[in-house]
Amino acid sequence: MYDAGKVIIGLIVFLVLITFPTWYNVATGKATYVPELEKAVRGDHCVADTTYMKAKHMDLLNQWRDMVVRQDKRIYVAADGTKYNMSLSGTCLDCHADKTKFCDRCHAYMDVNPYCWECHIDPKEYK
Amino acid sequence: MCVDRRKFLQLAGLTALGVAAQPIRLLGQEDSLPADTSLIGREEHPLTAKRWAMAIDLRKCLKDEGCNDCVVACNKTHNIPQFGNRKDEVKWIWKEHFESAFVDQENDFVEETVKHSNLPLFCNHCDNPPCVRVCPTQATWKREEDGIVMMDWHRCIGCRYCMAACPYGSRSFNWRNPRPFIEKINPDFPTRMRGVVEKCTFCQKRLSEGLLPACVVACKEKAMIFGDLEDPESDVRKLLQERFSIRRKPVLGTQPEIYYLV
Repeated sequence: MYDAGKVIIGLIVFLVLITFPTWYNVATGKATYVPELEKAVRGDHCVADTTYMKAKHMDLLNQWRDMVVRQDKRIYVAADGTKYNMSLSGTCLDCHADKTKFCDRCHAYMDVNPYCWECHIDPKEYK
Repeated sequence: MCVDRRKFLQLAGLTALGVAAQPIRLLGQEDSLPADTSLIGREEHPLTAKRWAMAIDLRKCLKDEGCNDCVVACNKTHNIPQFGNRKDEVKWIWKEHFESAFVDQENDFVEETVKHSNLPLFCNHCDNPPCVRVCPTQATWKREEDGIVMMDWHRCIGCRYCMAACPYGSRSFNWRNPRPFIEKINPDFPTRMRGVVEKCTFCQKRLSEGLLPACVVACKEKAMIFGDLEDPESDVRKLLQERFSIRRKPVLGTQPEIYYLV
Protein backbone atom coordinates (compact mmCIF):
# COMPACT_ATOMS: atom_id res chain seq x y z
CA MET A 1 0.00 0.00 0.00
CA TYR A 2 1.27 3.46 -0.80
CA ASP A 3 1.27 5.98 2.06
CA ALA A 4 0.18 3.28 4.48
CA GLY A 5 0.94 5.46 7.51
CA LYS A 6 -1.25 8.36 6.37
CA VAL A 7 -4.09 6.09 5.28
CA ILE A 8 -4.16 4.20 8.57
CA ILE A 9 -4.03 7.39 10.64
CA GLY A 10 -6.85 8.82 8.51
CA LEU A 11 -8.91 5.69 9.04
CA ILE A 12 -8.38 5.84 12.78
CA VAL A 13 -9.43 9.50 12.92
CA PHE A 14 -12.49 8.70 10.84
CA LEU A 15 -13.50 5.80 13.12
CA VAL A 16 -13.03 7.88 16.25
CA LEU A 17 -15.18 10.67 14.88
CA ILE A 18 -17.99 8.47 13.59
CA THR A 19 -18.26 6.52 16.84
CA PHE A 20 -17.99 9.66 18.95
CA PRO A 21 -21.67 9.77 19.99
CA THR A 22 -21.56 6.18 21.21
CA TRP A 23 -18.49 6.36 23.40
CA TYR A 24 -19.31 9.86 24.56
CA ASN A 25 -22.63 8.54 25.92
CA VAL A 26 -20.88 5.56 27.48
CA ALA A 27 -18.30 7.79 29.12
CA THR A 28 -20.85 10.20 30.55
CA GLY A 29 -23.09 7.37 31.76
CA LYS A 30 -25.98 8.33 29.49
CA ALA A 31 -25.87 4.99 27.69
CA THR A 32 -27.06 3.09 30.73
CA TYR A 33 -29.76 5.62 31.65
CA VAL A 34 -33.19 4.06 31.99
CA PRO A 35 -36.15 6.22 32.94
CA GLU A 36 -37.42 5.47 36.39
CA LEU A 37 -41.16 4.94 36.38
CA GLU A 38 -43.31 5.52 39.39
CA LYS A 39 -44.84 2.38 40.88
CA ALA A 40 -48.60 2.09 40.73
CA VAL A 41 -50.11 3.76 43.76
CA ARG A 42 -52.93 1.25 43.98
CA GLY A 43 -53.51 -2.40 43.11
CA ASP A 44 -50.90 -5.14 42.91
CA HIS A 45 -51.27 -6.15 39.27
CA CYS A 46 -52.04 -4.55 35.95
CA VAL A 47 -54.70 -5.57 33.39
CA ALA A 48 -51.99 -7.66 31.71
CA ASP A 49 -48.53 -8.76 32.79
CA THR A 50 -45.72 -6.24 32.87
CA THR A 51 -43.72 -7.59 29.91
CA TYR A 52 -46.76 -7.38 27.69
CA MET A 53 -47.72 -3.93 28.92
CA LYS A 54 -44.20 -2.61 28.41
CA ALA A 55 -44.07 -3.69 24.80
CA LYS A 56 -47.70 -3.66 23.70
CA HIS A 57 -49.74 -1.25 25.81
CA MET A 58 -50.41 0.81 22.70
CA ASP A 59 -52.00 -2.17 20.99
CA LEU A 60 -54.11 -2.84 24.05
CA LEU A 61 -55.21 0.79 24.18
CA ASN A 62 -56.07 0.73 20.47
CA GLN A 63 -58.16 -2.37 21.04
CA TRP A 64 -59.88 -0.74 23.98
CA ARG A 65 -60.57 2.36 21.92
CA ASP A 66 -62.13 0.36 19.09
CA MET A 67 -64.20 -1.76 21.45
CA VAL A 68 -65.57 1.23 23.35
CA VAL A 69 -66.14 3.69 20.52
CA ARG A 70 -67.06 1.43 17.64
CA GLN A 71 -68.76 -1.45 19.45
CA ASP A 72 -70.00 0.20 22.64
CA LYS A 73 -68.38 -2.50 24.74
CA ARG A 74 -66.81 -1.07 27.85
CA ILE A 75 -65.97 -3.97 30.14
CA TYR A 76 -62.63 -5.73 29.72
CA VAL A 77 -62.15 -9.18 31.18
CA ALA A 78 -58.48 -9.80 31.96
CA ALA A 79 -56.78 -13.18 31.69
CA ASP A 80 -57.35 -13.76 35.42
CA GLY A 81 -61.07 -12.98 35.09
CA THR A 82 -60.99 -9.52 36.69
CA LYS A 83 -63.30 -7.01 35.04
CA TYR A 84 -62.09 -3.54 34.17
CA ASN A 85 -63.76 -0.49 32.72
CA MET A 86 -61.89 0.21 29.49
CA SER A 87 -60.91 3.79 30.20
CA LEU A 88 -57.58 5.52 29.87
CA SER A 89 -58.22 8.39 32.25
CA GLY A 90 -60.39 6.22 34.48
CA THR A 91 -58.83 2.79 34.85
CA CYS A 92 -55.17 3.35 33.85
CA LEU A 93 -54.70 6.59 35.76
CA ASP A 94 -56.51 5.14 38.75
CA CYS A 95 -53.37 3.20 39.64
CA HIS A 96 -50.71 5.03 37.66
CA ALA A 97 -51.85 8.21 39.28
CA ASP A 98 -49.22 10.62 38.03
CA LYS A 99 -48.96 10.45 34.28
CA THR A 100 -45.96 12.78 34.25
CA LYS A 101 -43.98 10.23 36.25
CA PHE A 102 -45.25 7.23 34.31
CA CYS A 103 -46.42 7.77 30.73
CA ASP A 104 -44.50 10.94 30.01
CA ARG A 105 -41.14 9.83 31.41
CA CYS A 106 -40.89 6.82 29.16
CA HIS A 107 -42.39 8.56 26.14
CA ALA A 108 -39.88 11.37 26.52
CA TYR A 109 -37.03 8.87 26.75
CA MET A 110 -38.24 7.01 23.67
CA ASP A 111 -39.00 10.29 21.88
CA VAL A 112 -42.54 9.28 20.99
CA ASN A 113 -45.37 11.78 21.08
CA PRO A 114 -48.75 10.10 21.33
CA TYR A 115 -51.56 12.66 21.39
CA CYS A 116 -53.85 10.89 23.84
CA TRP A 117 -53.91 13.78 26.25
CA GLU A 118 -54.98 16.41 23.78
CA CYS A 119 -58.49 15.08 24.29
CA HIS A 120 -58.37 12.61 27.16
CA ILE A 121 -58.23 14.20 30.53
CA ASP A 122 -55.85 13.70 33.40
CA PRO A 123 -58.44 13.99 36.17
CA LYS A 124 -55.82 15.34 38.57
CA GLU A 125 -55.30 18.44 36.44
CA TYR A 126 -58.98 19.35 36.65
CA LYS A 127 -60.05 18.68 40.20
CA MET B 1 -10.76 -21.73 6.84
CA CYS B 2 -11.42 -21.88 3.19
CA VAL B 3 -14.90 -21.09 1.86
CA ASP B 4 -15.54 -21.97 -1.74
CA ARG B 5 -18.03 -20.16 -3.90
CA ARG B 6 -20.71 -22.85 -3.49
CA LYS B 7 -20.54 -22.77 0.31
CA PHE B 8 -20.60 -18.95 0.34
CA LEU B 9 -23.73 -18.77 -1.82
CA GLN B 10 -25.51 -21.32 0.40
CA LEU B 11 -24.72 -19.34 3.53
CA ALA B 12 -25.71 -16.05 1.94
CA GLY B 13 -29.01 -17.53 0.79
CA LEU B 14 -29.84 -18.86 4.25
CA THR B 15 -29.02 -15.54 5.86
CA ALA B 16 -31.25 -13.67 3.42
CA LEU B 17 -34.11 -16.08 4.19
CA GLY B 18 -33.70 -15.55 7.91
CA VAL B 19 -33.76 -11.77 7.59
CA ALA B 20 -36.81 -11.94 5.33
CA ALA B 21 -38.70 -14.11 7.83
CA GLN B 22 -38.26 -11.64 10.70
CA PRO B 23 -41.08 -9.23 9.76
CA ILE B 24 -43.45 -12.16 9.30
CA ARG B 25 -42.71 -13.31 12.83
CA LEU B 26 -43.36 -9.81 14.17
CA LEU B 27 -46.59 -9.50 12.16
CA GLY B 28 -48.06 -12.55 13.77
CA GLN B 29 -47.85 -11.25 17.31
CA GLU B 30 -48.91 -7.69 16.61
CA ASP B 31 -52.45 -7.40 17.88
CA SER B 32 -52.92 -10.41 20.09
CA LEU B 33 -54.44 -9.33 23.36
CA PRO B 34 -53.35 -11.28 26.42
CA ALA B 35 -56.97 -12.06 27.21
CA ASP B 36 -59.97 -13.51 25.42
CA THR B 37 -61.53 -10.64 23.44
CA SER B 38 -64.83 -12.47 23.09
CA LEU B 39 -65.38 -11.92 26.81
CA ILE B 40 -65.24 -8.16 26.40
CA GLY B 41 -68.72 -6.91 27.00
CA ARG B 42 -71.15 -4.15 27.79
CA GLU B 43 -71.83 -2.43 31.05
CA GLU B 44 -74.20 -4.31 33.30
CA HIS B 45 -77.36 -2.26 32.84
CA PRO B 46 -77.23 -0.31 29.60
CA LEU B 47 -80.31 1.38 28.17
CA THR B 48 -80.92 -0.27 24.83
CA ALA B 49 -83.36 0.24 21.98
CA LYS B 50 -83.80 -0.71 18.37
CA ARG B 51 -84.30 2.89 17.28
CA TRP B 52 -83.66 5.75 19.64
CA ALA B 53 -85.75 8.83 19.00
CA MET B 54 -86.79 11.98 20.80
CA ALA B 55 -89.98 13.96 20.87
CA ILE B 56 -90.03 17.54 22.08
CA ASP B 57 -93.31 18.73 23.47
CA LEU B 58 -93.36 22.36 22.36
CA ARG B 59 -96.31 23.22 24.63
CA LYS B 60 -94.15 22.39 27.61
CA CYS B 61 -90.86 23.53 26.13
CA LEU B 62 -92.13 27.00 25.23
CA LYS B 63 -93.59 27.69 28.68
CA ASP B 64 -90.38 29.42 29.63
CA GLU B 65 -88.80 31.03 26.59
CA GLY B 66 -85.65 31.98 28.41
CA CYS B 67 -84.96 28.46 29.68
CA ASN B 68 -81.65 27.07 28.52
CA ASP B 69 -81.34 24.14 30.89
CA CYS B 70 -80.91 21.44 28.24
CA VAL B 71 -78.17 23.38 26.46
CA VAL B 72 -76.31 24.09 29.69
CA ALA B 73 -76.55 20.48 30.86
CA CYS B 74 -75.24 19.23 27.51
CA ASN B 75 -72.37 21.72 27.50
CA LYS B 76 -71.32 20.65 30.98
CA THR B 77 -71.58 16.93 30.30
CA HIS B 78 -69.66 16.97 27.06
CA ASN B 79 -67.04 19.63 27.73
CA ILE B 80 -68.31 21.92 24.99
CA PRO B 81 -66.23 25.09 24.64
CA GLN B 82 -67.74 28.58 24.70
CA PHE B 83 -65.77 30.82 22.38
CA GLY B 84 -68.13 33.74 22.68
CA ASN B 85 -68.44 34.27 18.93
CA ARG B 86 -70.58 32.57 16.32
CA LYS B 87 -67.72 32.05 13.91
CA ASP B 88 -65.96 29.50 16.13
CA GLU B 89 -69.12 28.26 17.86
CA VAL B 90 -69.32 24.58 18.81
CA LYS B 91 -72.82 23.36 19.52
CA TRP B 92 -74.56 20.09 20.30
CA ILE B 93 -77.90 21.53 21.35
CA TRP B 94 -78.75 25.06 20.36
CA LYS B 95 -81.77 27.28 20.10
CA GLU B 96 -83.03 28.66 16.84
CA HIS B 97 -85.95 30.79 15.80
CA PHE B 98 -88.93 28.74 14.54
CA GLU B 99 -88.78 30.20 11.04
CA SER B 100 -85.07 29.36 10.67
CA ALA B 101 -85.51 25.88 12.06
CA PHE B 102 -88.54 24.99 9.95
CA VAL B 103 -87.77 26.77 6.69
CA ASP B 104 -90.20 24.60 4.75
CA GLN B 105 -93.21 25.60 6.87
CA GLU B 106 -94.91 27.75 4.26
CA ASN B 107 -97.96 28.84 6.21
CA ASP B 108 -98.08 32.58 6.62
CA PHE B 109 -100.21 32.25 9.69
CA VAL B 110 -98.83 29.97 12.37
CA GLU B 111 -99.88 29.79 15.99
CA GLU B 112 -98.40 32.89 17.55
CA THR B 113 -96.55 31.21 20.44
CA VAL B 114 -94.82 28.86 18.05
CA LYS B 115 -94.17 31.42 15.34
CA HIS B 116 -92.13 33.69 17.57
CA SER B 117 -90.44 30.96 19.56
CA ASN B 118 -86.91 29.69 19.88
CA LEU B 119 -86.73 25.92 19.76
CA PRO B 120 -83.98 23.58 20.87
CA LEU B 121 -82.29 21.87 17.93
CA PHE B 122 -80.11 18.75 17.93
CA CYS B 123 -78.46 16.31 15.62
CA ASN B 124 -81.47 14.55 14.12
CA HIS B 125 -79.87 11.10 14.14
CA CYS B 126 -81.36 10.54 10.70
CA ASP B 127 -82.37 7.13 9.52
CA ASN B 128 -80.69 7.98 6.25
CA PRO B 129 -77.84 10.23 7.36
CA PRO B 130 -76.15 12.18 4.55
CA CYS B 131 -73.15 12.94 6.79
CA VAL B 132 -72.38 9.23 7.04
CA ARG B 133 -72.50 8.79 3.28
CA VAL B 134 -69.83 11.38 2.66
CA CYS B 135 -67.41 10.63 5.50
CA PRO B 136 -64.24 9.30 3.85
CA THR B 137 -62.88 7.63 7.01
CA GLN B 138 -66.06 6.28 8.57
CA ALA B 139 -65.39 8.53 11.52
CA THR B 140 -69.11 9.06 11.62
CA TRP B 141 -71.43 6.14 11.19
CA LYS B 142 -74.91 4.95 12.04
CA ARG B 143 -75.01 2.29 14.73
CA GLU B 144 -77.03 -0.56 13.28
CA GLU B 145 -78.24 -1.74 16.68
CA ASP B 146 -79.95 1.46 17.84
CA GLY B 147 -79.74 4.02 15.03
CA ILE B 148 -77.50 6.52 16.80
CA VAL B 149 -75.33 8.50 14.39
CA MET B 150 -72.01 8.22 16.17
CA MET B 151 -68.73 10.11 15.98
CA ASP B 152 -65.28 8.61 16.39
CA TRP B 153 -63.02 11.57 17.06
CA HIS B 154 -59.96 9.35 16.78
CA ARG B 155 -60.71 8.84 13.12
CA CYS B 156 -61.98 12.25 12.10
CA ILE B 157 -59.52 13.95 9.77
CA GLY B 158 -61.36 17.26 9.78
CA CYS B 159 -62.31 17.36 6.10
CA ARG B 160 -65.77 18.79 6.99
CA TYR B 161 -67.58 16.92 4.21
CA CYS B 162 -70.13 15.93 6.85
CA MET B 163 -70.76 19.56 7.71
CA ALA B 164 -71.44 20.31 4.09
CA ALA B 165 -73.72 17.29 3.82
CA CYS B 166 -75.77 17.85 6.98
CA PRO B 167 -78.88 19.86 6.05
CA TYR B 168 -79.52 20.82 9.67
CA GLY B 169 -76.27 22.53 10.65
CA SER B 170 -75.88 20.03 13.46
CA ARG B 171 -72.15 19.69 13.13
CA SER B 172 -69.45 22.00 14.40
CA PHE B 173 -65.79 22.19 13.58
CA ASN B 174 -63.06 22.87 16.12
CA TRP B 175 -61.22 25.70 14.46
CA ARG B 176 -59.23 26.29 17.62
CA ASN B 177 -58.02 24.20 20.52
CA PRO B 178 -61.23 23.97 22.55
CA ARG B 179 -59.76 23.12 25.93
CA PRO B 180 -58.95 26.63 27.22
CA PHE B 181 -62.53 27.67 26.42
CA ILE B 182 -64.29 25.06 28.52
CA GLU B 183 -65.73 26.66 31.63
CA LYS B 184 -65.43 23.66 33.92
CA ILE B 185 -64.01 20.42 32.65
CA ASN B 186 -65.99 17.27 33.32
CA PRO B 187 -63.26 14.65 33.84
CA ASP B 188 -65.60 11.81 32.85
CA PHE B 189 -65.75 12.90 29.22
CA PRO B 190 -62.90 13.72 26.84
CA THR B 191 -62.54 17.08 25.20
CA ARG B 192 -61.84 17.37 21.49
CA MET B 193 -58.76 18.62 19.72
CA ARG B 194 -58.32 21.25 17.06
CA GLY B 195 -59.36 19.98 13.64
CA VAL B 196 -62.19 17.56 14.39
CA VAL B 197 -65.93 17.81 13.86
CA GLU B 198 -68.34 17.16 16.69
CA LYS B 199 -72.07 16.89 17.32
CA CYS B 200 -74.72 15.42 19.59
CA THR B 201 -74.38 11.66 20.11
CA PHE B 202 -77.66 11.12 21.97
CA CYS B 203 -75.47 10.73 25.06
CA GLN B 204 -74.39 7.25 24.00
CA LYS B 205 -71.95 7.03 26.91
CA ARG B 206 -74.67 7.78 29.43
CA LEU B 207 -77.00 5.29 27.71
CA SER B 208 -74.49 2.49 28.02
CA GLU B 209 -74.13 3.36 31.70
CA GLY B 210 -77.91 3.10 32.09
CA LEU B 211 -78.63 6.83 32.23
CA LEU B 212 -80.98 8.93 30.12
CA PRO B 213 -79.46 11.75 28.03
CA ALA B 214 -78.32 14.74 30.07
CA CYS B 215 -80.75 17.16 28.35
CA VAL B 216 -83.73 14.91 29.01
CA VAL B 217 -82.84 14.72 32.68
CA ALA B 218 -82.16 18.45 32.94
CA CYS B 219 -85.49 19.57 31.46
CA LYS B 220 -87.63 20.67 34.37
CA GLU B 221 -90.82 20.66 32.26
CA LYS B 222 -90.14 17.09 31.13
CA ALA B 223 -90.65 18.35 27.60
CA MET B 224 -88.19 15.93 26.03
CA ILE B 225 -89.36 12.38 25.68
CA PHE B 226 -86.66 9.92 24.75
CA GLY B 227 -87.34 6.33 23.84
CA ASP B 228 -87.46 3.44 21.43
CA LEU B 229 -89.51 4.07 18.29
CA GLU B 230 -89.64 0.38 17.48
CA ASP B 231 -91.29 -0.42 20.78
CA PRO B 232 -95.07 0.15 20.45
CA GLU B 233 -95.36 0.54 24.22
CA SER B 234 -92.73 3.28 24.53
CA ASP B 235 -93.71 6.80 25.60
CA VAL B 236 -92.35 8.36 22.39
CA ARG B 237 -94.32 6.05 20.20
CA LYS B 238 -97.54 6.63 22.13
CA LEU B 239 -97.06 10.39 22.10
CA LEU B 240 -96.44 10.42 18.37
CA GLN B 241 -99.71 8.54 17.91
CA GLU B 242 -101.64 10.97 20.09
CA ARG B 243 -100.22 14.29 19.02
CA PHE B 244 -99.40 15.91 15.69
CA SER B 245 -95.68 16.26 15.15
CA ILE B 246 -93.38 17.96 12.68
CA ARG B 247 -89.80 17.23 11.72
CA ARG B 248 -87.16 19.44 10.18
CA LYS B 249 -86.93 19.37 6.37
CA PRO B 250 -88.69 16.02 5.88
CA VAL B 251 -88.75 16.45 2.09
CA LEU B 252 -85.02 15.75 1.94
CA GLY B 253 -85.69 12.13 2.81
CA THR B 254 -83.16 11.93 5.61
CA GLN B 255 -85.84 10.69 8.03
CA PRO B 256 -84.87 12.72 11.08
CA GLU B 257 -85.59 11.11 14.44
CA ILE B 258 -86.28 14.27 16.41
CA TYR B 259 -90.00 15.04 16.49
CA TYR B 260 -91.52 18.33 17.53
CA LEU B 261 -95.00 17.98 19.00
CA VAL B 262 -97.05 21.07 18.17
